[in-house]
Amino acid sequence: HRRPNDEAFAQLPHRLIPVLATMFLIVGRSEPLYELEIPTVSTASAGSLDQFVLHSALDLVETAMQQHTGLFLRTVDSFGDLLVSAYVTPTHVKFLLLHERSRSEDAIRSFFGDVQELYVKLAMNPFCVYDTPIVSKGFDDRVRLLASKYLA
Amino acid sequence: MSARSHARAGDVAWGRMTKVNGELFALTYGAMVKRLLEDHSEIDEVNEHLEKMGYNIGIRLVDEFLAKSGLPPCSGFVETAEVVAKVAFRMFLGVTADVTGWNPEGTVFSLLLADNPLAEFVELPRQYRTLSYSNILCGVLRGALEMIQYRVEVQFVRDVLRGDDVNELRVELKEIMNEEMSEEYKED
Repeated sequence: HRRPNDEAFAQLPHRLIPVLATMFLIVGRSEPLYELEIPTVSTASAGSLDQFVLHSALDLVETAMQQHTGLFLRTVDSFGDLLVSAYVTPTHVKFLLLHERSRSEDAIRSFFGDVQELYVKLAMNPFCVYDTPIVSKGFDDRVRLLASKYLA
Repeated sequence: MSARSHARAGDVAWGRMTKVNGELFALTYGAMVKRLLEDHSEIDEVNEHLEKMGYNIGIRLVDEFLAKSGLPPCSGFVETAEVVAKVAFRMFLGVTADVTGWNPEGTVFSLLLADNPLAEFVELPRQYRTLSYSNILCGVLRGALEMIQYRVEVQFVRDVLRGDDVNELRVELKEIMNEEMSEEYKED
């Protein structure tokens, strides 16, 4: 599908077209819960544009959720050279990954699976409230570790 | 009794106990702590409440312990400490503790716990960093030891949840209580 902004985007002078970095987002039912920018070797970061792309892919995730039976929704959207892959936990918390086309699907699936395990452990903490932003430093450290293991 | 036989007695007693799912146990305790935090405005009050709850458990636990472990009476406070660490902790929590840090008079010791099944999955948020999450254990020890005539004070001096590398409970003997007959039984 063609987004209204695509045309405006294509008209930007070349030097202003940002190169998008890999980004991982966890979205609850009502708001984003966690966000991680993963600097990869080949690209530079462009902050808010990544978020825009991921958030606009959320609608497609909802659609895919209804069609798919499994948890891993694979690629739900594409934006130029970049793909958005998604995974949904049984409690409807969505994991979104913005990444380059070259990433192997198995690595992404494994990454999502391991993050899901971390998420479950986090949810078992009596002080963790469901669907609120994740502030645990331990969680953040471990997700970064997983990102460097599967996605760097 | 030697250290090895204490450990064996602990394993045997553990085998005799009915078991409950560890995660359910941890979640139940966590739900209770969370509820207490909502009911009280001060964290110290929560710590105290947990200790009192533990005391109520401890006074009942001792009879169960003596019945299921089948151990003979201990020779003194030092052996009591070993039995608590190796047999009682094993029986009720499934983990053993180590006894260290005796003072010269033999009235103060420390129990070191590597694993704390109560605190599985728990990460303390910043605003609760003065909370002694497993304080119920202090109360349990105090209640149980009181039933065998040792009046003690127990405190968590090191807690893994607060950043230390091990859990340490400091047990201080305050008084050995003498059995006293009440007025009605005294002969005139």
